[in-house]
Amino acid sequence: MTIGDIKNYLDAKVLTGDELLDKEVHTACGCDMMSDVLAFVKDQAVLLTGLCNPQVVRTAEMMDIVCICFVRGKIPSDDIISLAKDRNIAVLATGMKMFPACGILYENGLAGGASSE
Amino acid sequence: MSDKLRFHYEVSGEDFTRAGEASSDLKAKLKLMGASPEVVRKVAICMYEGEINMVIHACGGVIDVTISPADILLELKDVGPGIPDIEKAMQEGYSTASENIRSLGFGAGMGLSNMKKYSDEMKIDTVLGVGTTVTMRINM
Ligand SMILES: Nc1ncnc2c1ncn2[C@@H]1O[C@H](COP(=O)(O)OP(=O)(O)OP(=O)(O)O)[C@@H](O)[C@H]1O
Ligand SMILES: [Mg+2]
Repeated sequence: MTIGDIKNYLDAKVLTGDELLDKEVHTACGCDMMSDVLAFVKDQAVLLTGLCNPQVVRTAEMMDIVCICFVRGKIPSDDIISLAKDRNIAVLATGMKMFPACGILYENGLAGGASSE
Repeated sequence: MSDKLRFHYEVSGEDFTRAGEASSDLKAKLKLMGASPEVVRKVAICMYEGEINMVIHACGGVIDVTISPADILLELKDVGPGIPDIEKAMQEGYSTASENIRSLGFGAGMGLSNMKKYSDEMKIDTVLGVGTTVTMRINM
């Protein structure tokens, strides 16, 4: 699945990273607690979150997450968007709630990001 | 000249929105130096969790990084309240974080166990009312 597919499935707006829409995503993680993201996420992931602060981008940066999708109609501030842009992370925003958003991606073949090591 | 490279970071305890800047900087440097992706990720997670802890549980502090051919040493020193019970603090899910910190996305009680998991060696020195020093070693 590509970031562009995710945009379409979730009827999301692209806030930054139009040039990244062809990038492949292998796993997804739906999470509002950043330490859980740091504990479980695997490579080439998209992070779905309802949390809206710069630490979301920093956490994504630490984990090499390629795309952040804000759910529940949250729109991040400009400094959050530019932080993501600097780090080559695509940012999407959807009006969907967390559960249906994750469900749609799962149904379309995206795996959960949790590793069981 | 030794074959060691050192970096020093001051972490402000005042500004939560800037927490993680030191980790971000070190991660970029390691990538440029050509460290393996696995090492870069391990260091990034350990340092970021530690840096966030300094900001939310203490009042900031200093981080010293020593890079040598064999390993990377992270030393995070704060003058915060100290940790009363290290064993308890190390447990997954144990957190004293306030509701306010939880609403910022932290306080799951996962940080110290993440640091333990991703480092090859970790040591916590803490004195109540004086401060905490967390030292982590990540092998190359
Ligand atoms: N530098 C520190 N100074 C004082 N207390 C600390 C420090 N680091 C950790 N602690 C204590 O140890 C507890 C556990 O820390 P840990 O990082 O595992 O979880 P957390 O920070 O509460 O939540 P999370 O890391 O999941 O966001 C903290 O809630 C806090 O009580
Ligand atoms: Mg923590």
